[in-house]
Amino acid sequence: MVRGADIVVKSLIAENAAYIFGYPGGAIMPVYDALYDYSDQIKHVLTRHEQGAIHAAQGYARVSGEVGVVLATSGPGATNLITGLADAQIDSTPLVCITGQVAAHLLGSDAFQETDVVGLSMPGTKWNIQVRRVEDIAPAIAKAFHIAKTGRPGPVLVDITKNAQVEFGEFNYVPCLNIRSYRPYQPIKVQAIQDAAALINSAERPYLLFGQGVVLAHAEEELKNFVDKTGIPAACTLLGSGALPESHPNYVGKLGMHGNYAPNLLTNKCDVLIAVGMRFDDRVTGDLKRYAKQAKVIHLELDPSEIDKNVKCAVSVLGDCKQSLKLLTEAVNSNSHPDWMEKFRELESQEKEAVMSNDLHGTQGGLHMGEVIHLINKFKEEDAILVTDVGQHQMISWRYFDYKTTRTQVTSGGLGTMGFALPAALGAQLYDYKKQVICVVGDGGIQMTIQELGTIMQTKAPVKVVLLNNNYLGMVRQWQQLFFDKRYSFTELQNPDFVKIAEAYSFKAKKVTEREDLEAAVAEMLVQEGPYFLEVVVEKEDNVFPMIATGCSVEEVRLS
Amino acid sequence: MERYTILVYTENFIGILNRITIIFTRRGININALTASESRLDGIHKITIEVTVTPEQIEQLVKQIEKVIDVIKAYYFMDNEVVYQEIALYKIPIDSLDPSLEKVIRQFNAHIIAAEKEFVVLEFTGHKEDTQALLEILKPFNLLEFSRSGRVAIAKPKFSVQEFLNNQT
Repeated sequence: MVRGADIVVKSLIAENAAYIFGYPGGAIMPVYDALYDYSDQIKHVLTRHEQGAIHAAQGYARVSGEVGVVLATSGPGATNLITGLADAQIDSTPLVCITGQVAAHLLGSDAFQETDVVGLSMPGTKWNIQVRRVEDIAPAIAKAFHIAKTGRPGPVLVDITKNAQVEFGEFNYVPCLNIRSYRPYQPIKVQAIQDAAALINSAERPYLLFGQGVVLAHAEEELKNFVDKTGIPAACTLLGSGALPESHPNYVGKLGMHGNYAPNLLTNKCDVLIAVGMRFDDRVTGDLKRYAKQAKVIHLELDPSEIDKNVKCAVSVLGDCKQSLKLLTEAVNSNSHPDWMEKFRELESQEKEAVMSNDLHGTQGGLHMGEVIHLINKFKEEDAILVTDVGQHQMISWRYFDYKTTRTQVTSGGLGTMGFALPAALGAQLYDYKKQVICVVGDGGIQMTIQELGTIMQTKAPVKVVLLNNNYLGMVRQWQQLFFDKRYSFTELQNPDFVKIAEAYSFKAKKVTEREDLEAAVAEMLVQEGPYFLEVVVEKEDNVFPMIATGCSVEEVRLS
Repeated sequence: MERYTILVYTENFIGILNRITIIFTRRGININALTASESRLDGIHKITIEVTVTPEQIEQLVKQIEKVIDVIKAYYFMDNEVVYQEIALYKIPIDSLDPSLEKVIRQFNAHIIAAEKEFVVLEFTGHKEDTQALLEILKPFNLLEFSRSGRVAIAKPKFSVQEFLNNQT
């Protein structure tokens, strides 16, 4: 017989969890006490805030493809996870969060640090459960892992009352392999493959959009084979970046509000639109009433509820895209579309001239964010991971970072969570200390979770933090400039001396304000063995272009 | 907008009803009526939801309901595809009992299911339109209280939750 708390830890070990990101407190103390005995089998990372713990777990999950594990106490410990749960839910990140809860006999009595975590987290989890008896702990954790990682992944939460943690029970771990009410993978219909292939074979201007679903399904190779055989131009969503190398001849760029010019504009010129593992987010489609109306849409998707949700499709291919892409590749004819591809390249040169050359090769005025990313590309390792926060720096980094391999992109996509980057970079780095992890963050976002510099210090994770400082909440300021008559309402920041803060956390740190110092500083940062903090002071009022303004059509993408 | 009946077959777990209703809350959709009970199958609950939405909305709602891990299967039907009933109770003061009321009770084939010193309780089962019609007639009789259940429904098209479960393993 062992304590419930030991069962929690033994269950996590049985699921091969390497790391727990967490923060102790009253109602989870028995589990922390148990952890003390298993530190040789599972590592625990003490963050400085529960939000830091869950974002770190997200970063870990996103680069590894494994389930991120979070441990927190009841009440405020649990409510501090809510932002991360919502983020992981909308970005399909597999997490298992375990929260302590007051003893079962106190439930509903407004006991100290009691909150209805199951109720609070319900809309932000794929599944959640409260465990009140020791014998239910292991089955709940087994079910939690199964649900988090299968089908469309997502966050789950297991709330365990304190009495269950201290009661004694048998430990006999049985992994969960099947839940009778849960069908994570749909069998692929042959007819759907045939219909899709027929449309693709007869298309004159086919166009492929890929999203994170390709990464989640480990279908990068299958995507490449399909594109190679069909010669179809392919564009990616924010979270799809890296699923196809950007050097691939058919890769034409990025979709959405701040994506590339050609991929947005030509969405309304294709005749067959093939969407793989993406969900037609409003930041991708702009005005749906004027989105690809001329095209027949083929949707390869795992989640049935995504079919016809935003864009009605002519053919839906439900199922794991690793299999459906393979079947579809077998069913289509070899082809090429040089004239159609040329259209993308023509518009690409327009964008290069109008936007990119100035973004990347500034000569006068303040530094541009793009220049920094351009230099990072020059010195980074091939498989370096880019972790970004939310805002202008996120869009600029995404636009210009050279994604060479899959799972090198970690950012908060659907939820747009400021404060995500620093802890997520920590989690990404802990998965592999040898990988280069570059965390690009703005002066607004970093101050939402800046305390996690302490966790990076304590874990000695060699994260390279690049702070792009414009003393503004830049993206909001950009919108104020463009749509609110330059009324800069509460977007300017009086900032601290970031270098001093970083140094106080034992980071090697440097601040760059001049163009001529930038290259050497980036080069120096990227050869450091340990953590490094580089602050770059950038132009205060730069804007991100191209842009599709809210309510506009993809055709109305503007270059300035 | 059309009136639909959604039949949801679920595991009998705590919180499942909440997980289903927040799908409606999030989309700003009002549930007309909701009934939960055991189904024919041991351990499986059946939730009947009546809702007035567009055809696009009902498709999305049912897909979202099916996405809930502990939901076994969800179906939706138009009114003509289900046999459904609602039960209504009417509390009427004793003083109001006169020959004209007797005529109403006979007409509707309603039942007096309780008689107390000061009031009687009438029971009448039918579609909402029918129970509503009786309500309007009884109002002048100093009706004291009225209560109507949610819809209970049986679908006309053939489907088998049992078969679905058998195919699962």
